Amino acid sequence: MSTAVQETVALDRVASPTRVGAAGILLGVLAFWLALPPLKTTQLAWPAVVAAVAVAAGVWVLRRGSRRVGWGAVVSGVLGLGLALLATHAGRTNLETAVVWSALIASMLVYATPLTYAAIGGLFSERSGVVNIGLEGMMLTGAFFGIWGTDRTGNWALGLLIAMGAGGLLALVYAVFAIHLRTDQIVGGTAINFLSLGITGYLFIDIYGSNGTPDLSHSQQVPDIVISRSGNFFAQAFGELNLLIWMAFGLVIATYLFVFRTPWGLRLRSVGEHPRAADTVGISVFRTRYAAVTFSGMLSAMGGAYLSIGFVHSFNQNMTEGRGFIALAALIFGKWRPAGAFGAALLFGFSSALAQRLGTIPNWSSYAVLFQALPYVLTLIAVAGVIGRSIPPAADGQPYQKQ
Amino acid sequence: MSDDEQRLEAQEQQVVEEQPEAGKPAGYAPSAVERLALYQRAGGLVTPVLTALIAFLIGGVVVLASGSNPLSTYRAIFNGTGLNWLFPWVSGTDRALAAINLQQTLLLTTGLILTGLAVAFAFRCGMFNIGGQGQYIVGSIMSVWVASSFVGMNGPLHIVLAIVVAALAGGLWAGIAGFLKATVGAHEVISTIMLNWIAYWLGSWVFALGGPLQSKALGGSVPVSNDIAENTHLPVFWGDALLQGLHVGFFVALGALVVYWLTLNRTTLGFSVRAVGFNPEAARYGGIGVARNYFVAMAISGVFAGVAGALDILGWEFRINVNDIQASQVGFIAIAVALLGRNTAVGTFFAALLFAALLNGTSTRHLDPSVFRPDLAGNLTLLIQGLVVLFVGADVLVLWLWNQRRRLRPGRGATPAGAAPSA
Repeated sequence: MSTAVQETVALDRVASPTRVGAAGILLGVLAFWLALPPLKTTQLAWPAVVAAVAVAAGVWVLRRGSRRVGWGAVVSGVLGLGLALLATHAGRTNLETAVVWSALIASMLVYATPLTYAAIGGLFSERSGVVNIGLEGMMLTGAFFGIWGTDRTGNWALGLLIAMGAGGLLALVYAVFAIHLRTDQIVGGTAINFLSLGITGYLFIDIYGSNGTPDLSHSQQVPDIVISRSGNFFAQAFGELNLLIWMAFGLVIATYLFVFRTPWGLRLRSVGEHPRAADTVGISVFRTRYAAVTFSGMLSAMGGAYLSIGFVHSFNQNMTEGRGFIALAALIFGKWRPAGAFGAALLFGFSSALAQRLGTIPNWSSYAVLFQALPYVLTLIAVAGVIGRSIPPAADGQPYQKQ
Repeated sequence: MSDDEQRLEAQEQQVVEEQPEAGKPAGYAPSAVERLALYQRAGGLVTPVLTALIAFLIGGVVVLASGSNPLSTYRAIFNGTGLNWLFPWVSGTDRALAAINLQQTLLLTTGLILTGLAVAFAFRCGMFNIGGQGQYIVGSIMSVWVASSFVGMNGPLHIVLAIVVAALAGGLWAGIAGFLKATVGAHEVISTIMLNWIAYWLGSWVFALGGPLQSKALGGSVPVSNDIAENTHLPVFWGDALLQGLHVGFFVALGALVVYWLTLNRTTLGFSVRAVGFNPEAARYGGIGVARNYFVAMAISGVFAGVAGALDILGWEFRINVNDIQASQVGFIAIAVALLGRNTAVGTFFAALLFAALLNGTSTRHLDPSVFRPDLAGNLTLLIQGLVVLFVGADVLVLWLWNQRRRLRPGRGATPAGAAPSA
């Protein structure tokens, strides 16, 4: 009997759920890869078989109780097959579907980018233990000062810097109230939202009046990175994306590395989880929190500036329209992790893109409006704990008092 | 407003004169910090007033910076609010105009009192209800639906039905957040923010082109609801009904203030709500159902906001379009109202009046454009509102100073001399 147990253990060591799951995820990627340029299989059979194996591996892992890796493999298999399907179609005559899908993906990235910046900004702040409801206001500030700075200096890069400076300054004000004066952080964040609505609205009317912001010349807009303008699926989706979209990808990776793979990231997290302990080992809780909150304001402002000088090329009052709150939702939905927040931002961006697309179809336009509520419904479900609870950093929202 | 401040000042004077007598040597003069701390303990009257003054002062500096005279601007705003009606020397056409302006201000006050109470009630249970806006929208949608359907129903009954349905809808909407907090501990701030936006898009959908409740009257080309039945309009008791006079809903709001005070201070429910608000652990130890109170307090909050939505619909809006829903800010201003009013009934009334006056006085319709541009003034309101919320939360600063002082000189504080330092 004991040998039987030992055999099971040995088998587990070779084919542990984690390894099988990881293999499943890789197979999903492989399924997609088969349809890509070097091999470019025209029959769907090969990717289908590989994807099926990935899904099977995922199911096997799920039955052994490893939910995260299991679902990962299942999703990877399904996604791999779906993308392979798109890719094989893109190479052939059925270009129309591919264009629709690739346009959707491109537009998803456009909508997801401001959310990503703000959500990552919020991640820094909340990981340090300061709740940031003011993301919306910091974004709006960035949107205004981005276009104002660009208009004044004639250079989008300087405009972006000015936007980040303004967002950082607003965040610094919030930080003083939240950290040193120990104001309720929700109250302070709400105040920041009102304030920035008033400040940007006031300055906008005072400086630009009813004419609106001036048209930006092509060189004053944040440039698109042109990789390819050909008609295939990938060129349509990724061939001509804005510089700030690519930078957002980089930001997510850099944030992951910083927060989870460097000593500074460890300090940041320890301040957010147990400030007293962090203080005891000589980490300055106040300094860490000030830096994190200010940085979150700068990043949110970058997201706002992307809206004004990278996407819409103009500013109007309250132009962020609750995107800061969607970013907050993405952060929570993504469980305060960079990849999770980015994934949630993509999901919410996709729902916006789909809503916009549905809006152009006559009988669907009213449902397109309803579709906009999806991110919030999903987040509500997520905080309710139906699909895996979202648990914030332990000291999130609690002011720290030195002893 | 001037009335308000005078009253507050009078009360403060009293407090200062009475309190320092106890246990102090003769001729002892309390320092500024001690005075402030006394105000704090006396119900914190000085912080809200100071906060509002500082906010208006900074607002004045902003006006000055953009090249206008702050004094004449504030004067014009004040005249736009109609509060000059209270001065006996205003007469003739000025008085008639002031009356019309004041009616508009009080119309806005009605909604702000109720949504302010929605935020304040949850605060007293230790919860931050950011969802007043969503609860207000849900109340508006339900009341416009009830009041525009069932045509031919008895008028007063129809009105009551519309208000009750709106109240229940608001209570249910807030109850979701309360339920989630009570059962799985989901933070109410997050869930109410989400519920706000769900209500926003839900409202935008039901009245959108092709939406289920959109009016078919104009060939279905306008995103607006049906008009409510003629006999569901609330009676106007001051001013002309055709010129948006003041409706009886104002008394409902005043009644809600009384209900709020009575519920919190004279019922078992109110006691347990406040106990949970002070310290949930202690309340639980004392045998009070904390989870149940979270749900109940949130639902009651939602009822206040839902009634606000109903009164605005039945009192002066009579229909609602998508733009109204998207532009409405009542539930957010309510946060400033509750904070400035320190979650008390009286405070909420005055804070609601202040913000309603500010909103009305800076609106395009009421501000003299030769003095200050109304489109700028609207943003000035937002600015002042933000400053108020920011500074109201910072009264910790005063208390902190007070505590520092007490720690330095243990013999001279509010606590007995022998009390051990907490840290």
